[in-house]
Amino acid sequence: MGILEVKNVGKRFGGLQALGDVNLSVAENSVHAIIGPNGAGKSTLLNVLVGKLIPDTGSVMFDGQSVLGRKPFEINQMGISRVFQTPEIFGDLSVLENMMIPCFAKRDGSFTANAIINMMKDKEIVERAEQMLEEMNMADARDDNAATMSRGNKRRLEIGMCLAQEPRLLLLDEPTAGMARADTNNTIDLLKQIKEERDITISIIEHDMHVVFSLAERITVLAQGTPLVEDTPDNIKGHPKVREAYLGESQDAA
Amino acid sequence: MLGLNKKDTYLLLLVAGLVIFAPFLLNPFPEGSAMAQFNAGYPDLMQRFVIFGVFAIGFNILFGLTGYLSFGHAAFLGVGSYAAMWMFKLFGMNVLPALGLSILTSGLFAVLIGYISLRRSGIYFSILTLAFAMMSYSLAYSVLATDMDGPDRQGLLQKGLTGGETGLQLTLEDPRIFGQQTAGEGNIPVPNIFGLEMRSAVEMNVGDWVFTFSVGYYFAALVMLLSFYLSIRIFRSPFGMMLRAIKSNQHRLNYTGLNAKPYMLAAFVVSGMYAGLAGGLMASMDPLAGPERMFWTASGEVVLMTILGGVGTLIGPVLGAGAIKYMENILSKINSDILHTWFAFLPDGLEDFVITLIYPFIGKGWHLTLGLIFMAVVIFLPGGLVEGGQRIARLFKRKKPSTKTPDGKTTPAE
Ligand SMILES: Nc1ncnc2c1ncn2[C@@H]1O[C@H](COP(=O)(O)OP(=O)(O)OP(=O)(O)O)[C@@H](O)[C@H]1O
Ligand SMILES: [Mg+2]
Repeated sequence: MGILEVKNVGKRFGGLQALGDVNLSVAENSVHAIIGPNGAGKSTLLNVLVGKLIPDTGSVMFDGQSVLGRKPFEINQMGISRVFQTPEIFGDLSVLENMMIPCFAKRDGSFTANAIINMMKDKEIVERAEQMLEEMNMADARDDNAATMSRGNKRRLEIGMCLAQEPRLLLLDEPTAGMARADTNNTIDLLKQIKEERDITISIIEHDMHVVFSLAERITVLAQGTPLVEDTPDNIKGHPKVREAYLGESQDAA
Repeated sequence: MLGLNKKDTYLLLLVAGLVIFAPFLLNPFPEGSAMAQFNAGYPDLMQRFVIFGVFAIGFNILFGLTGYLSFGHAAFLGVGSYAAMWMFKLFGMNVLPALGLSILTSGLFAVLIGYISLRRSGIYFSILTLAFAMMSYSLAYSVLATDMDGPDRQGLLQKGLTGGETGLQLTLEDPRIFGQQTAGEGNIPVPNIFGLEMRSAVEMNVGDWVFTFSVGYYFAALVMLLSFYLSIRIFRSPFGMMLRAIKSNQHRLNYTGLNAKPYMLAAFVVSGMYAGLAGGLMASMDPLAGPERMFWTASGEVVLMTILGGVGTLIGPVLGAGAIKYMENILSKINSDILHTWFAFLPDGLEDFVITLIYPFIGKGWHLTLGLIFMAVVIFLPGGLVEGGQRIARLFKRKKPSTKTPDGKTTPAE
């Protein structure tokens, strides 16, 4: 039994069958990559996992509990955090404040009525947020406005914000899309380090094969809404079906 | 001090100082001089400054922090006024219980309106709040103003809950069970705080100057300072941070395990209670409540005040409220005779020409001036009067190398 069990999930958008009959099992504490050509349904699948979309058929179990029908914030509180294709952070807030919000969410749950307490006096939260910034090598940016950061740093902050919640499953949707080579390599190192340091399951969607083969322990290839194969990176590399459906037509192929 | 950081403490002390010395500061011109026209230091107007300050401070908690633009906040102002009036009619003329009921009633009302309106965001939210305010207006104007105690009785509900077009007024027949029904000489008693009447005032003559200190103004000013203090605390609290996060990226907030709804509703209710408090204060200064207080133009006014002063800044709404009320009361009183005395030094032809140019912008035309100023602020100072102040301050600081953040935008302060 994996920590995440997706069974017979289907999703239609009007006449388009975005997800056909998806079965997927992600083992606890593994790095599982989902690859596939554009429009294969990867983001759609992720949206189902985090509660943004409700599938037409099938079931999604996280740690033995169904996530279907729950709101995104409830699913997050179960232990699933998501990094978006374009970094989603609080642009109007300082970097420290960005980090404090997930710390509050972790400690106090989805809503607390502790309205009028002075935020900076909440030592526990400030310290935790500062410690997270330290871990992400962002302590210098503490008081900067988050919107002014580079894309690479926004991505780093977003990943840090997800980690501050100590999720059990971290979902990443093309975390290196649009990044320069150096930033991409930094992200790979960061994810490797995260994996080494904590008990966490990572599921990553990626076009960049360099990233996929550096990180993944298992790979699922999705094409036209259905998983073609699921195997180890070495086997996927040589798989004829995969070459035909995906690697053959991608410029990013390694 | 009081759980505020140094900068906020200075701000609070500054506002407190301005408010305490307002009777002097707003009366800079000697009585009888040509410029006395611009004096604003009389109780009636100063009360309006601080009361609308309360209204705008509360509005800014919703609009400034979350970005949700309510176009119906005057509904809470009206509810607060009616609630205070009923307290005066039924129980007595002390303003404290009246204000308590104003806050409570408008808070409950805000729970209802907020719960429904917050199902939508953006323009749809604004339209829903506008619709609710217009419904409240028509309830107050006619539906709730029908004879409710039967045609053969002349009781309390003779003119319904709201008194309709003429508004809700005090009468000698009101029970006022905990206070006096009639004041000495058969008059209707006036609002007071433990016997100290709101309208009582002391005048002080210094040379040609006359300064007036009224109980009503200082009471309202104290309430405003408390409201201001509370708003600083809210801005600096985790709650305030969540609200700014909602404005910044609600999407991210949801995927960070936080439920935006209750935070939004709490902000809506708090700001509704501020509006109710302002409404209660209005009734305390002048015991009368009419439906026009809920009209959509009144809702629009607080939007203008907040934007003019500086959305999302602490002191902006107070400045905006002051600026608009000043123009409404001072510009509107200037007439052509006054213009003639000012420009009498010019040759006749030129005098008439100048006056013809200025005339459309004064008296009843003050809205025109307000519109122009508002446009200028929105175009050139999107951060409102506060941004204007910051730019001027920076001009003076130029000489020193700046150590602060480049644009000073990271924290909503001042
Ligand atoms: N909300 C939606 N409404 C209608 N169609 C949608 C919606 N979301 C996705 N689709 C369609 O579903 C298909 C799968 O889209 P999805 O975004 O999941 O692909 P993807 O594998 O993530 O592609 P990419 O690699 O380009 O990100 C596409 O054809 C897309 O146009
Ligand atoms: Mg995608």
